[in-house]
Amino acid sequence: MVTVRIHGRGGQGVVTAAELLSTAAFTAGKQAQAFPSFGSERMGAPVMAFCRIDTRMIRTREAVTHPDVLIVQDPTLLHQVELFAGLSGEGYVLINSTFSLDELGIGEFLKSMPSDHVSVVPASDIGIKHLRRPIANTPMLGAFAALTGVIDLAAVQSAMRQKFPGSLGEANAAAAKDGYDHVVTHPAGERSGKDHARAN
Amino acid sequence: MRAQIEGSQAVAEAVVLCRPEVIAAYPISPQTHIVERLSRMVKGGEVGRCQYLNVESEFGALSVLIGASAAGARTYTATTSQGLLFMAEAVYNAAGLGLPIVMTIANRAVGAPINIWNDHSDSMALRDAGWIQLYAETCQEAADLHLQAFRLAEELSCPVMVCMDGYILTHAYEPIDLPDQSEVDSFLPPFSPVQVLDPSDPISIGAMVGPEAFTEVKYLAHRQHLRALTLVPDIADSFEQQFHRESGGLYRAYRMTDADTVIIALGSVIGTIKDTVDELRDEGIAIGCLKVGCYRPFPAMQLRAVLESVTRVIVVEKDLAVGIGGIVSADVRMALNGLPIPVHTVIAGLGGRSISAESLKHMVRDARAERLSEPYFLDLNMRVVDEELARRQEERQAGPLAEQLIRAVKAIGTKVV
Repeated sequence: MVTVRIHGRGGQGVVTAAELLSTAAFTAGKQAQAFPSFGSERMGAPVMAFCRIDTRMIRTREAVTHPDVLIVQDPTLLHQVELFAGLSGEGYVLINSTFSLDELGIGEFLKSMPSDHVSVVPASDIGIKHLRRPIANTPMLGAFAALTGVIDLAAVQSAMRQKFPGSLGEANAAAAKDGYDHVVTHPAGERSGKDHARAN
Repeated sequence: MRAQIEGSQAVAEAVVLCRPEVIAAYPISPQTHIVERLSRMVKGGEVGRCQYLNVESEFGALSVLIGASAAGARTYTATTSQGLLFMAEAVYNAAGLGLPIVMTIANRAVGAPINIWNDHSDSMALRDAGWIQLYAETCQEAADLHLQAFRLAEELSCPVMVCMDGYILTHAYEPIDLPDQSEVDSFLPPFSPVQVLDPSDPISIGAMVGPEAFTEVKYLAHRQHLRALTLVPDIADSFEQQFHRESGGLYRAYRMTDADTVIIALGSVIGTIKDTVDELRDEGIAIGCLKVGCYRPFPAMQLRAVLESVTRVIVVEKDLAVGIGGIVSADVRMALNGLPIPVHTVIAGLGGRSISAESLKHMVRDARAERLSEPYFLDLNMRVVDEELARRQEERQAGPLAEQLIRAVKAIGTKVV
């Protein structure tokens, strides 16, 4: 089983991200479960959502306390919420930012993790490019596909086209592709979303 | 068709497949997604001649349905928590009048302190109002139970609550298989009411009954309610024959053969408990679990029959009867009356606290070593409790409890709990 925890704020599509991830896994023939853990149910309040992906039926309903993959959609949560609680030393971390890990103040903290398991993606910038709003969730899911290989980009894009029919789905799929490409073209060690942001 | 959808959407779709004629609801988290979807579908003309009434309150919602059901319409509503309590008077009336209304409870804690997250305090508060109560383990079962609930309600002329865990199921996306209309039509016949208000043939229902007959009215209602103990498994069997999956029923046993310890629970936590049972079995512990699918009427004799040879029962319940402890465990103790089987009460998952396999395993080992306090509160943070008790001993005007405890832990949503 692969467990994913996504952190963000109310209104940023955190719950939708977990839903899309589960649909992508379902589309790829896997079993998947996604559910949210709301804070105060208002815009801007910390929100987390969970996704489990497995080849067998998923029965457990407990919160994901030991994620294999951590997705941080809003870096302003870094010093406010216990984001990294329970993260496995062999886990994966994806952060939406244009700053480097050191600039974010977590370079030292994440040093012990395999360098190709950590990526910083300028997902909000990618969202602005494709959706004219700082939508970070779909670029982050593209990045998820590239970083973890748990599901492929096509499945992620298919989930977005199912959820948002028409041009909106296409724009999200394109944003996911950019998120994917960012991880592929910024191999281990280059942990900053900066280059990409400048290029765009 | 099997699809990855949200529990609330699946329930809304299932309700529509049951061809409701009047839906009245007032939105409240975490029930909102169900009624939003229903109102959209009714407005879009997808629900035949169904009327959706956006009422002013939960009390209004159920009151409208009481009238509509008495006039012969198939009726549906959904609510939760304070919403259910606000409609409490009508809840008793619907049962007393024998009206087969189906209501989804998106289970949520009851304030104060206000809390929007899941536990069973709401439906437990109204467990004795005369409604049949069914509890869903998965989103699939939540959807399926609505088909069964309308059939059950209308065969007995008794209202049915389908309880599904708020957020954990209402907001979960998982693979769900929804039947098509013709399959549902052959499972659920059109509503044929046993009493109808008809202007061309006037009757009155809801008469005042004095001490001369009130006991008899109540006794007959009780007898009628108990008929569900036969009908619930019959309907579940017929559902399984037609749809080829297990859903509903009075109870479901898991790895109970040769089990000395059995965990009993209601609702979605059964999934986590099954995983826990598997892990403990791997350690060589003879443990199983029992899901109570139908809580009212309570299948006391049936549970006694499957539990009489075990050595220990642990009831994990998402509720608290302040001043006494467990609610479900009291019923289980009554079912096992006279048998030398200790029944432990474990209060868990209050106000949305996650129930982990790790904590359950720890608790089971303690129970087997006779180390459980009674009642036992799973994952109780004693540091915070002790600090607060000490503070209160020093200061009479120690301030509001909820606010103090929020300060003692951290702000909402900053920790995985």
